[in-house]
Amino acid sequence: MADVLESGERERFERLVMPHQDAAFNFARWLLRSRADAEDVTQEAMVRAYRFFRGFRGGDARAWLLQIVRNACYTWLEKNRAVDLTTEFDESIHQQHSGNSPEAAAVAANERDHLMRALESLPPRSREVLVLRELEGCSYKEIAAIASVPIGTVMSTLARARERLQQVLSRSTGRAAAGTPVRRDGGAL
Amino acid sequence: MTCDLSRSLLHGYLDGELDPLRAEEFERHLESCSQCIAQLGEQESLRASLQSAQLYERAPAGLSTKIKRQIASAEAESDDQWSWVPIWRWIAVSAAIVVLVAVAYLGGQRILAGRSGVEQAELTEVIDAHVRSLQPGHLTDVASTDQHNVKPWFDGKLDYVPPVRDLAENGFSLVGGRLDVLNGRSVAVLVYGRRKHFINVFVWPESRKESLIPATGTRNGYQWIYSRAHGMEFCAISDVSAADLHDLTELLQE
Repeated sequence: MADVLESGERERFERLVMPHQDAAFNFARWLLRSRADAEDVTQEAMVRAYRFFRGFRGGDARAWLLQIVRNACYTWLEKNRAVDLTTEFDESIHQQHSGNSPEAAAVAANERDHLMRALESLPPRSREVLVLRELEGCSYKEIAAIASVPIGTVMSTLARARERLQQVLSRSTGRAAAGTPVRRDGGAL
Repeated sequence: MTCDLSRSLLHGYLDGELDPLRAEEFERHLESCSQCIAQLGEQESLRASLQSAQLYERAPAGLSTKIKRQIASAEAESDDQWSWVPIWRWIAVSAAIVVLVAVAYLGGQRILAGRSGVEQAELTEVIDAHVRSLQPGHLTDVASTDQHNVKPWFDGKLDYVPPVRDLAENGFSLVGGRLDVLNGRSVAVLVYGRRKHFINVFVWPESRKESLIPATGTRNGYQWIYSRAHGMEFCAISDVSAADLHDLTELLQE
């Protein structure tokens, strides 16, 4: 009756699921737009995953874990930052760093920062597919499983998300010609 | 091929996710569409920027230890909790469980509908798929009232054989079949008609010990019945009565 997992289960969990904690953290960090919150939610999600682990029938452990992380993130956002879920485009984040002042231009010159702001200004449903595809290298099938949508929806969501990102970037680069979304000036980090 | 369509196809192409036939089709389109060529170039450079900007953020060093510690302590706690509990306590616990089950049952749909998380994902997918199937042109991939047409259609598309039967004499006429995606895998959907209403029956092999879908319930005006038999999981959903869904599921499981 006791819901105690055998010690072999814990070993299996540490072998199959724990190696994906970077993926879990990165995904949470981008969904929550904060490292500190991502750390809390990742920890909570990993412990939750451990409790669900008996329900895991082999297969893609990363996708399985990321599905749990995603749910934990959306639950957290609903509770703590519901506005994130309804904001279509976060102009505040975008504007912070895209003015025409010399300082802003200097900031924009840092490509990582520039891309980070642009990505963070997208709504979470667009952001998550981009992060899963471009940073995590997930296939459409994996993204469909993680986000609980049909595979066909993945392609259209991704198309919309990339077009949005392109728009944000071309607007904030200002001087860059329309249609040249990103300057590749090799900004060192 | 219109250019709007290829704007979404373009991304499947960029990601290497199109099947060979569609990829070839898109390449033919590229030959004549300068807009798509330009867009493909832009998307490639956007991807290159994203990938070279080192946006990936690894977990902080101490996180792994924290997680392991929390898991170990959660486990130790539950060990302590159960090992010395005297028998009368078990009786109290059982009574409490009975009360909880009753409360959960009476509280019913509101609790279920409000609960979020993995457990609800599968149900939400079933409901969404049902709603989508009712939109024009989405109901069936193979439309036939003959089970001998519908059953072979699934061959080679799934790694299991769904039980397909025309149940017209029982009041459920077979309309056809369809593939859908549940929890990341393709599943068979059997479509039945009942007095001008459509019923979708999702059938897939058992994948978990316990189900993530409640046995029955209503959401957005749709009723579902979930059950298992012969190593398969069944979820019938429609706007017909629960009794009808029960009958249909039982007939299918005979």
